[in-house]
Amino acid sequence: MSRAGKIARRTFLIGSAAIAGGVAFGYYKYKSPVANPLLEDLPQGAAALTPYVLIDETGVTLITPRMDMGQGVWSVQAMLIAEELDIDLDQIRVAPGTPSPAYYNTALSHEAVPFDPTDTSFTAETARGVVDAAMKFMGMQLTGGSTTVPDGYDKLRHAGAVARETLKAAAAARTGIPVGDLKTGRGAVVLPDGTRLDYTTLAPDAAVIAPVTDVALRDPKDWRLIGHRIERIDIRAKSTGTQVYAIDLEPDGVVHAAVRLNPGRSGAPLRYDATAAEAMRGVEKVVPVTGGVAVLADNTWRAFQAADAIRIDWPAPAFPAEMEAHWAILSDGFTEANLSATPREAGNVAAALMQAGDAALSVEYRAPYLAHAPMEPMSATVLVEGGRTEVRAATQVPRFTQANVAKVLGLPDEAVHVHVQMAGGSYGQRLEDDAIRIAAEIADTVPGRPVKLTLKREEDFATDYPRQIAMARGLGTVANGQVTGFDLSIAMPSVMASQMGRQGFGALGADAQITAGAGDQPFAIPDYRVRGYQVDGLAPVSSWRSVGASTNGFFHDCLLDELIHAAGADPLAERIRLTADPEARKVLEVVGEMCGWGARLAPGQGRGLAFCRSFGVPVAEVVEVRATPQGIRIEKVWIAAGVGRVIDPANFENLVAGGAVFGLAHAMNCQITYAGGAAEQTNFDSYEGMRLPQGPEVEVRAVEGMGRVRGIGEPPVPPAAAALANAIFAATGQRIRELPLGNTVDFA
Amino acid sequence: MQFRINGTVHEVEVEDDMPLLWVLRDVIGLKGTKYGCGIAACGACTVHLDGEAVRSCQTFASDAAGREVTTIEGLGSPEALHAVQTAWIEGQVAQCGYCQSGQIMQAAALLAVTPNPTDDEIDEAMGGNLCRCGTYPKIRAAVHAAATKMQEG
Repeated sequence: MSRAGKIARRTFLIGSAAIAGGVAFGYYKYKSPVANPLLEDLPQGAAALTPYVLIDETGVTLITPRMDMGQGVWSVQAMLIAEELDIDLDQIRVAPGTPSPAYYNTALSHEAVPFDPTDTSFTAETARGVVDAAMKFMGMQLTGGSTTVPDGYDKLRHAGAVARETLKAAAAARTGIPVGDLKTGRGAVVLPDGTRLDYTTLAPDAAVIAPVTDVALRDPKDWRLIGHRIERIDIRAKSTGTQVYAIDLEPDGVVHAAVRLNPGRSGAPLRYDATAAEAMRGVEKVVPVTGGVAVLADNTWRAFQAADAIRIDWPAPAFPAEMEAHWAILSDGFTEANLSATPREAGNVAAALMQAGDAALSVEYRAPYLAHAPMEPMSATVLVEGGRTEVRAATQVPRFTQANVAKVLGLPDEAVHVHVQMAGGSYGQRLEDDAIRIAAEIADTVPGRPVKLTLKREEDFATDYPRQIAMARGLGTVANGQVTGFDLSIAMPSVMASQMGRQGFGALGADAQITAGAGDQPFAIPDYRVRGYQVDGLAPVSSWRSVGASTNGFFHDCLLDELIHAAGADPLAERIRLTADPEARKVLEVVGEMCGWGARLAPGQGRGLAFCRSFGVPVAEVVEVRATPQGIRIEKVWIAAGVGRVIDPANFENLVAGGAVFGLAHAMNCQITYAGGAAEQTNFDSYEGMRLPQGPEVEVRAVEGMGRVRGIGEPPVPPAAAALANAIFAATGQRIRELPLGNTVDFA
Repeated sequence: MQFRINGTVHEVEVEDDMPLLWVLRDVIGLKGTKYGCGIAACGACTVHLDGEAVRSCQTFASDAAGREVTTIEGLGSPEALHAVQTAWIEGQVAQCGYCQSGQIMQAAALLAVTPNPTDDEIDEAMGGNLCRCGTYPKIRAAVHAAATKMQEG
């Protein structure tokens, strides 16, 4: 441990430190002290190479600090390190790393500032710098915003390269052979005579030499892993039932817990009667927790049964009890006082609309609250023992979780050890850690015994912070077969204020998500305005896959499509004509080629096109539907996305196709509505989504080399609902302006 | 109560109405079968009961006792894969993977009686298994690929 202090005191980009029998390398983005988290808790004889690489005599572990919730980032992060480290994915283990400021996410903050992520102007870059500093202090080790790849693309490759070159230097010192004559491959330094010195045996030597930090990254043409189709590292476990998720943990002596929490988020029960629950088989006790009641029992099912048997009276909800009131608040929310931003203002749309008079198009759109509902319900396993607490959970915000659990237990942060687990989906739900805090409260009542809290599916729905509800008003003008005026006003609650508020932070200025996916689109319309209104007094909300763009992509592109039809223009040609950005134009052209836009369709068939650029990624989607006697059938989807570079082609295809299906599924039939102060949808029978028989064929293509490297988890979602609505119009002539579309038409 | 699970006999004392899912997960300790909804609406808990695909969250312990239960662990292992699992791996089907034990068990039951299913037959068999990540196109392709593999032996 002796050099851990040195690491903390030095300021550098890349450095190293020795520990017993090995070495630790650190790659740090910032020239300021950040302690290497791997220097804590290392077993004797283990060596840590960077906060991203750990080597001991049993092998090499790559630290992949972004959580894997199905988006494949453990594989992707491992690929980026392994490409430069010269090791293969079958030779390494991955571990998510402990919470640490060293793993803060710089790319994320780029999305938190009110600038288009593709805006490289001085003002934008300066503002991003300011927010980066804030993020650093907040220790934002956050998985989200499709940031893993942009954040890690350089960092992780550098980490691998520094480790490789230092191991080579160690081998040179040991053998007397010049570094220039050494090669590396499959986890070993290879001498000119073919002798292999495994990295594991070189690690102790590497500890005692200066790290080699002057490294050049490899030319992409030499890549073995990046851009190639690899077997995803979790695919075997996930195909054989052997992948361990948070919900599968069962430490010795575990106590199972279930909860009933206030669905109206208005605090503790007025009263509850747990007499029947306490008498049930296997029930150990019933305890109050923040905003509800918990049951401890000897298995999950008995805990669920007992929790259901508790009779609870809740106080009136903290938000409007009935849905009509939510829509009324939004409808009344387009006021000067609520105006949060006008990110787009070109020409003079007010004058254009005045001139057009009654000829102007005027429409209103609605998008509902949505649940995250990943297939794996929320769970957390917590052991409170002496001054030390172990937390095992799938969290996207391990640093926040560490601090929150510490606060619950009255412990210093360092006493709380968070072990991030593989997640069975998230879609943003695991940015919230209420379930983990509650599990800590429960565990605190049985010190020395591990507690596993599992949320029953109904409880998971009831306590989920949903996607924002939103409403938009659109106006527009056309002339001479072209779209000339476009005016979109969007009203919604602030997701960032709601979410960050729960973590104890004030909002970082106006919430850019209120207009994300609408105010930042690459179109040049002569009179063009987008305004955002922040509306308070609604249900608390949270980030849902693609966040603001999940609603705004629908609003913006549906309005554009309506105007294009009003102008009598071709949906593809007019979007291309209006597009000011080459990458966006290319994406539109490619999707047109893929589907053979303009081809003659069968009677009852229709195609809808939609475009949205979110998280810096332009995505164009064409949905083909057929109107059948049983309802609308989604037959085929074509998607083109501009991502700079594809890291893993199989994963890219899965995320893009899956993201579009996810968007279509919710557009078909998903909504959270409130009645009596609670969500009416409580399980997958009332929140159904898409089923396999409804699944369309999906064709995906990447447009590479035209922009920065970007993540793809979220950008395919925003255009999907708009493309489907536009396709239904093309097939039936019916314009649907309210999601889910299933409130208006049936789906076959 | 006596259960035959993946060829092994287990003697456990549980309530008649405890769902087989929780007998498997919390009593026997087989975690490959997943809890998703508890109301037979998602299929994540699908296992084979005497060779037939059932939702273990809605199967009482007393109804499963004495019958042959096969879970994902009994279908194949990472070292000895079932053809359906091989197809799932080669097709890189899984994203979050949480629903895939159920999807694979449902597909294996289909292929056991319908070795070369049409798309309509796949729709019929797989329609109750929910995937939230949107892997349906890959699942369909993997079922066809598994059918081919099994016919080729």
